[in-house]
Amino acid sequence: MASYTIPHAPGFVANDAPRIVTERFDDPAGFTLERYLATGGYDGLRAALERPPDEVHSEVRDATLLGRGGAGFPAGVKWGFCPPGVWPRYLVVNGDESEPGTYKDRLLMELDPHQLIEGCLIACYAVGLSQCFLYIRGEMALAQERVAQALNEAYEAGWVGRSICGTDFSVDIVLHSGAGAYVVGEETALIESLEGNRGMPRLKPPYFPAAIGLYGQPTIVNNVETLSNLPWIMRNGAEAFTAIGTSTSPGTRMIAVSGHVQRPGVYEITNGATTFRDLIYGEDYCRGPHPGRELKAFVPGGGSAPWFTPAQLDLPFEASEVGPQGSMLGSGAVMVMDDTTDIPAAALTLTKFYAHESCGKCVPCREGATWLERVLRRVCDGTGTPRDLDVLLEVGASISPGDFPHAAVPERGLEAKPFPYQMTTICFVGPSAFAPVHSALTLFPEEFEARVVANAHLDAELSGDPVSEVPVSV
Amino acid sequence: MSFFTEENRALAGEIIGRYPKRRSAMIPLLHVAQGQAGWVTPEAMTEIAELVDTTPAEVLGTCSFYEMFKREPVGKYLVNICVTMSCALAGAVELMEHAEERLGVRAGGTTPDGMFTLASAECQAACTEAPCLQVNYRYRYRVDTEGFDQLIDDLASGSLAGEIPQHGITARVRQHIPADRAVGAVPPAEVNEAPVWLAAPAPNGAGPA
Repeated sequence: MASYTIPHAPGFVANDAPRIVTERFDDPAGFTLERYLATGGYDGLRAALERPPDEVHSEVRDATLLGRGGAGFPAGVKWGFCPPGVWPRYLVVNGDESEPGTYKDRLLMELDPHQLIEGCLIACYAVGLSQCFLYIRGEMALAQERVAQALNEAYEAGWVGRSICGTDFSVDIVLHSGAGAYVVGEETALIESLEGNRGMPRLKPPYFPAAIGLYGQPTIVNNVETLSNLPWIMRNGAEAFTAIGTSTSPGTRMIAVSGHVQRPGVYEITNGATTFRDLIYGEDYCRGPHPGRELKAFVPGGGSAPWFTPAQLDLPFEASEVGPQGSMLGSGAVMVMDDTTDIPAAALTLTKFYAHESCGKCVPCREGATWLERVLRRVCDGTGTPRDLDVLLEVGASISPGDFPHAAVPERGLEAKPFPYQMTTICFVGPSAFAPVHSALTLFPEEFEARVVANAHLDAELSGDPVSEVPVSV
Repeated sequence: MSFFTEENRALAGEIIGRYPKRRSAMIPLLHVAQGQAGWVTPEAMTEIAELVDTTPAEVLGTCSFYEMFKREPVGKYLVNICVTMSCALAGAVELMEHAEERLGVRAGGTTPDGMFTLASAECQAACTEAPCLQVNYRYRYRVDTEGFDQLIDDLASGSLAGEIPQHGITARVRQHIPADRAVGAVPPAEVNEAPVWLAAPAPNGAGPA
């Protein structure tokens, strides 16, 4: 195998592994309509339009295309949740990529916007979606410009809008820019935001906006990478797609590996076949930690995911294997920590993120995430006490009661607790604030104990319920 | 007395027309307002409320939820340094300390000359290129202290003015839907049957000229 970086594709590293969504990244002008058409562009749409919509839907269902946004739900099945006879239906594209460590939808929008547009059109055709809203994260200026330019070109050339390809298939794609709010990546919050509201997740049920979504209508919300797979599936068929990867996780997915590795990068990997060891140590991937350093821990699926240690390196990118071992694949982001990492401080960088991004709707998250940040900050500063470590777990349990998922720790006789967790909040932001704290405390308790042992006498001076006695100064 | 310029009022009308409900245009219109003034003024919120048929308080409610909307003036250049995990592992905290020293303001502050606002930002989706920052949402990758100083010098001298527009203008390319190609918004109240292509399969082999 050989691998190479592409100068105009920041962070992206290509190799000989199969590529589905990043094929055009080699082309510096791959984002233009001219280059897109010259490289098979819109052939997938043409192929789709030659078949009845329900056949296109079946093809996508047969491909077992799992959502690439985080939850990993099969797109073709999700499409089928639209209640019959309720019209109009809408498509909302989730391009609000902001999970810590995640970095692939932005590249897909910047480097191959027409592929995404083509994917949107195929979805609209298959499910009978009458209007498409393409929601792009506000901070992604270049992605917004590239997608706007691509849409303008596509409209002019007749690929989007009225009577597409001379057929009676007609749909508008409206580009909609966000304005900076992580929680809007949650699909019901995304819909609230698109309706002009504060981006707060809606109460469940209904669990899927396919039942009640935008303006109360059936709405499909799909991630950018998910939709970007559709042109390839239409050109090559579900069978070719499922021939790559494993039967339960077919195809490829984009993974951003960041942190303490020699060659951090965004890689398109083969689902199921690639292991974390391949990705972190492989010569065609990240080439391991820097010389003289050792791997200490890694976050396998974005900031919300419980952490793994070297003991889990041989797990493949396969949800059914990672879940029982105590974490999730999430949004396709691996963050690597070597032996120089200050574990409590690393956990704080994530917990503070979720505390900052909590929308404030659910009390356990709004208050709990803030408490987690404050108490953890105190521990990191050296002013925490041993009881603070109990407080962290207690606050976490108020957001996510019961056994929180974690990796096995054989040397302490701890078995893995499988994913998922329970939650007292509407969405996953609350438990995500606890995940790094819980992982760090479970996997590396000694680093916390060393920080607080000198202050043990302070606990003795307090009495009663530890939570109510904790001083609130920070 | 209108807050929006004539050009932006026309743009606002075009944007509103794309949505089945006017209120959906609220965030896009707040961006237009911020692009015009550099921040979102109370006058802008009042006018947006009229345009989308709601109250100024509702607009404030939405506006205040989103990080990008500034309800007081900020510098010409908003320098957002990412401090989330991957950047922190690569030295973002040290970079922020250096930036505070160089600009003479703490994170969140604006330099007295109104040129720079320094802010700590959450994950900017450039984690492999850490530590990263954005100036008015334009990326700079793998920024060290020397690189930061050079960037500030270049911004101050105006040599990056072509690449980085002033604060408030995010995307410089806008979507434009040509009238003869537009399907138009599909409001739920006006449509209650399946789209035509679901009822009648499209003819074979068609494609635009």
